[in-house]
Amino acid sequence: MSIDLNQFHTVFFEESQEHIDTMEQLLMAMDLDAPDPEDLNSVFRAAHSIKGGSGIFGFTALGQITHVMENLLDQLRNGQRQLSNQLVDHFLSVIDCLRRILDQYRSGEEVDWAEVESVAQGLEAVLNDGTVIAGKGAEASGGVAEDDAFGFFEPEATQGDSSADNSWGLFDEHASPEPTSDSPDQNEAFGFFDEPAEPDRPAASPAPAASMQKAKPKPKPSSSESSTIRVGIDKVDSLINLVGELVITQSMLKVLGEDPDNIDTLKMTTVLGELERNTREIQESVMSIRMIPVSFVFNRFPRVVRDLASKMNKQVELQLEGSQTELDKGLIEKLVDPLTHLVRNSIDHGIESPEQRLAAGKPEKGAITISASQRGGSIIIAISDDGAGLNREKILAKARQNGLPVADDLPDAEVWDLIFQPGFSTAEQVTDVSGRGVGMDVVRRNIQQLGGRIEITSTASVGSTFTIQLPLTLAIVDGMGVAVGGQTFIIPLVSIIESMQPSRANLKQLGGSDLLHVREEYWPLLPLYQVMETEPRHRDPAEAIVVLIETSKRRYGLVVDELVGQQQVVIKSLEQHYRRVPGAAGATIMGDGSVALILDVESLADIVQEPAEETA
Amino acid sequence: MSDNQASIETAENQVARTDVREYLTFSLGEEHYALDIMAVKEIRGYEAVTRIANAPDFIKGVINLRGDIVPIVDLRLKFNVGEATYDEFTIVIVIQIHDRMVGIVVDGVSDVISLSREERRPPPEFGVAFDSRFLVGLAKVQDHMVILVNIEALITSQELGLVEVGAQESPDVDS
Repeated sequence: MSIDLNQFHTVFFEESQEHIDTMEQLLMAMDLDAPDPEDLNSVFRAAHSIKGGSGIFGFTALGQITHVMENLLDQLRNGQRQLSNQLVDHFLSVIDCLRRILDQYRSGEEVDWAEVESVAQGLEAVLNDGTVIAGKGAEASGGVAEDDAFGFFEPEATQGDSSADNSWGLFDEHASPEPTSDSPDQNEAFGFFDEPAEPDRPAASPAPAASMQKAKPKPKPSSSESSTIRVGIDKVDSLINLVGELVITQSMLKVLGEDPDNIDTLKMTTVLGELERNTREIQESVMSIRMIPVSFVFNRFPRVVRDLASKMNKQVELQLEGSQTELDKGLIEKLVDPLTHLVRNSIDHGIESPEQRLAAGKPEKGAITISASQRGGSIIIAISDDGAGLNREKILAKARQNGLPVADDLPDAEVWDLIFQPGFSTAEQVTDVSGRGVGMDVVRRNIQQLGGRIEITSTASVGSTFTIQLPLTLAIVDGMGVAVGGQTFIIPLVSIIESMQPSRANLKQLGGSDLLHVREEYWPLLPLYQVMETEPRHRDPAEAIVVLIETSKRRYGLVVDELVGQQQVVIKSLEQHYRRVPGAAGATIMGDGSVALILDVESLADIVQEPAEETA
Repeated sequence: MSDNQASIETAENQVARTDVREYLTFSLGEEHYALDIMAVKEIRGYEAVTRIANAPDFIKGVINLRGDIVPIVDLRLKFNVGEATYDEFTIVIVIQIHDRMVGIVVDGVSDVISLSREERRPPPEFGVAFDSRFLVGLAKVQDHMVILVNIEALITSQELGLVEVGAQESPDVDS
């Protein structure tokens, strides 16, 4: 029984989370003067569902608040009350509180009853501010019915009569075994699966202590938030089909293998080809299960933008594009903080005040666009604003102040890059409204940890765009196998520009380091054998292969013995049993069962010796 | 009643656990060592490893153990005993401590022995290749001495560098 209830708890938490999100989004989108009745109904239903569920499971704090909320919403949808900006703000703060309470229940913490009381009272105050017909606000009258609802805490009551109350006897271990089966009200016993049940029943409980006792002893699944994922049934079905195909292929192989002396090679090749296709499709299918739409992160931004814009007295319109683009769940969760920071940044530093905008001949309302799109094996997320753009002079001045050697004629892209420097405080350029302690350097580091990179384009008084490029998934990368001194290494394909055998004429020596002149540029060369301490086949770069690499820091050429070939590799952790290895992002297992290191081209870039001066 | 029985059983178990323990004995050069058999995951032959750059020479590299990347440490190199040769008779003992796995290369694996508390004596202070910090005792088996190693302390020691500095330093379980 208790195990079953726990399962329901998890579902309840997830559903409530969704309801809370729905309420928030709908309220944000609501037209204040003429709210769509259907939207109001949806908000009402969401509040009602949370209330119903919380009553059943004894999460009374949620019920208490949503009950009053529901009354207020009821007045709104009946036209008894006019929606106002303040009211929406009030609702949003209540929703924040609901979210906190939900988290508290989920993690098994003590609920902050003082907060619950004050929020409920705040809502009551709005409810009873005299602008509407009273009657619904009188809570006390519901008291009797509520006691009945919670009658299942009293064994005598449930055993005594087999009326509607008996339906709740299901929760009572002592009372249930016999009575439920031959109770005349058996149908009602299952009534609690019906969402609307009886609206007033689980409301504002007069016995919070009792229900808390009921709720507390349950072991709470900790951090269930990130451990579950909702998957479309079609994805699961396609996976089942693929597994079916795999089983067929396996039995075909078994038949072929039964007679090892007479192997039909042609058939064998066909079946092996089939197996390869199956495996790849299953891999793709399984990966797609981990993919969730970026709307998961995007949907919180309307709120962020609204709050921040009103705080800063700016007018901002947010546009979300490509919310349905799918991204690995692990990536999405780690994107929340960097993206939030960037959005705050755009509002705080990018968008000007309405007066400044009008003076500059722009519309009063600033625009921020967050877009997501898929390009090849990468996801591109761009945050652009039509604000003032980055201030080149101020950044350069700040850089000098920080002791960074910068030239006046530094290309724009490199100037923008400076703001990712640690300790590059923006305090002087602008007011620091965010104050979250996440600097741009942390944003870049977070994104690099995800295997992505971030770039800035900015034009003064036209706006800035922050572009984040991320791999589709964390677990598998497309890589190029390279060999040095008999060892194989994997270079992530996204960082490779091209591979070539350099001609001697294009190789130059400068200050003891090799340079390769290609693509109208001089590329510093990094011999992989030096980094990995192996004996290469050729020390002379002209005899070797150069792989041109582009990282967020710099571009360089990696000197290797030969290219082994392109393949998808599964990333395995080195740290699980060993430790971080400098220059390696992880390891993978090759077709022959041996281990190959996956190179971390970003950290290798730090080893590259920067030539004294790039001369043409 | 059943409660009583259970408590007696656990008490007996505890006595058994603290009193008699099983050890896997192995040899490094001329010396015989033993480690708690509960830490041993498997024993396998030495196979080709993938070398790790910039690692100390006693870390031979990593192998693929059914999908896990497991480091291989040659204790002969670490403690300068015996000849570090690799052939079909070279043995790797895969140790599992908490969730970490490590393979250690030894000259040979001899036996599993049971030792009671009385048979376990205090470790020698010197005269063996191992640092005395990693020793928990000494036992006489047939006609030679076996040195009992606290494998957990050894594996998690900073000296071996298998665990990232700052990672968990686990308290030793042996007494």
